[in-house]
Amino acid sequence: MIAIKNVSKHYGSFQVLSECSTQVAKGEVIVVCGPSGSGKSTLIKCVNGLEPFQSGEIIVNGISVGDPKTNLPKLRAHVGMVFQNFELFPHMSVTDNLALAQVKVLGRSREEAVQRGHQLLERVGLLAQAEKFPGQLSGGQQQRVAIARALSMDPICMLFDEPTSALDPEMVKEVLDVMVGLAQEGMTMMVVTHEMGFARRVAHRVIFMDQGRIVEDAPKEDFFGAPRSERAQLFLSKILQH
Amino acid sequence: MGYHWNWGVFASPVPSGETSYLGWMISGFETTLALSLSAWLIALVIGSGMGVLRTVPNRWLAGLAAAYVELFRNIPLLVQLFIWYFVLPELLPAGLGDAYKGTNPLLQQFVAAMVCLGLFTGARVCEQVRSGINSLPRGQKYAGLALGLTLPQTYRYALLPMAFRIIVPPLTSEFLNIFKNSAVASTIGLLELAAQGRQLVDYTAQPYESFIAVTLTFMALNAIVMSLMHLLEARTRVPGSMGT
Ligand SMILES: Nc1ncnc2c1ncn2[C@@H]1O[C@H](COP(=O)(O)OP(=O)(O)O)[C@@H](O)[C@H]1O
Ligand SMILES: [Mg+2]
Repeated sequence: MIAIKNVSKHYGSFQVLSECSTQVAKGEVIVVCGPSGSGKSTLIKCVNGLEPFQSGEIIVNGISVGDPKTNLPKLRAHVGMVFQNFELFPHMSVTDNLALAQVKVLGRSREEAVQRGHQLLERVGLLAQAEKFPGQLSGGQQQRVAIARALSMDPICMLFDEPTSALDPEMVKEVLDVMVGLAQEGMTMMVVTHEMGFARRVAHRVIFMDQGRIVEDAPKEDFFGAPRSERAQLFLSKILQH
Repeated sequence: MGYHWNWGVFASPVPSGETSYLGWMISGFETTLALSLSAWLIALVIGSGMGVLRTVPNRWLAGLAAAYVELFRNIPLLVQLFIWYFVLPELLPAGLGDAYKGTNPLLQQFVAAMVCLGLFTGARVCEQVRSGINSLPRGQKYAGLALGLTLPQTYRYALLPMAFRIIVPPLTSEFLNIFKNSAVASTIGLLELAAQGRQLVDYTAQPYESFIAVTLTFMALNAIVMSLMHLLEARTRVPGSMGT
């Protein structure tokens, strides 16, 4: 579904990604972790072409993201993305946040889009909030709306960039529960997170990044059993203490 | 001192007898209003377009918009007006230039002043629009693009509605400035409100009545613009944002 081959990216002389390679098969859930500044967000944004990269290749569903001829909006329409800070559109009601791209990008009628949106709101337990505005919701609720918004485009895979790290602790679970549900339904997911509980429950593989490199890319059991690199061991021991 | 107040001066006929001094003032007011509103329309359209271009990834487009701002913000308004009115018609191809100079001189004054004020204010609007867009979280643009919206759609539906809400207060002051700046049009002979006020001073011995009338009219315009903008701000307030 997603193949990342030798991807490198630099800002001026600063190397953000060096020779990153991995792949995500259909139905697979991959967790990406690593210290702050290691390039996790950059890598995940390269997957749907939000960040350009200078060398290497990324293939999503058979389409090369870096190819200048690729119709990126069309590709992105079917790659869902969830951000750390939710990024709902504050001037639109929850319903309109969900309907906008369905209408403008997929060409659905407004009725169809609202209906699909409401189905997904029900699924994330927020149908009652449909007419509210993002600013009237808690962080956990906003993130669940953001997940529903991404799902409303019927994505073939989902990218998450630290979806719970801006949340108060008591709201983390409600968002993770939605994500676990998605994973169990077989959604292809690439998730940047430090929630190792989530990784243990549903991840197939765990990737550890450090200084722009993929240092470790191992099946979950191996990663938690005995990470091969010292950096990963150190990182794990630090975050598991919390 | 013994100044002789005479508010009745406005009712008395002008030398030609075709109207009263009040008629002059009203026609000046109409000119000021028409000039300011049409220039504001130009400023909003050009300023918004250029403001967007200043924030796009394409360097050429962003550079074009930056050049526009530098040019129109840094040349004094009066000089710009003279260029539009006196110089540019001479630079037109002969046929076109002659045709333009053959039109009603009042129209030429109005057009020159309108385009001049519009583009001058547009450069200032451009900078407000740019700062409005740049004040939004970067993630908003990513969110629009990630949903499959094109860059123009992302601006249209996600970025600009918030950016414009944020910049209503500075745009209000630009809108007010345009009324004040419209008075420079009198230097090329356009009889807007301030010019009519000066005419009244020249023809009657009642300068204070004239100045007071002009001042009060500008103050009333200010008050109207301010309340319209407050109304706009209240109408477009986002539920759940700060202050609600
Ligand atoms: N636009 C940019 N210009 C220069 N450096 C950047 C830019 N964006 C990110 N970086 C740098 O790239 C590195 C990786 O960033 P990021 O992918 O956000 O890391 P992570 O998500 O793992 O915390 C960081 O050191 C960051 O400072
Ligand atoms: Mg990050």
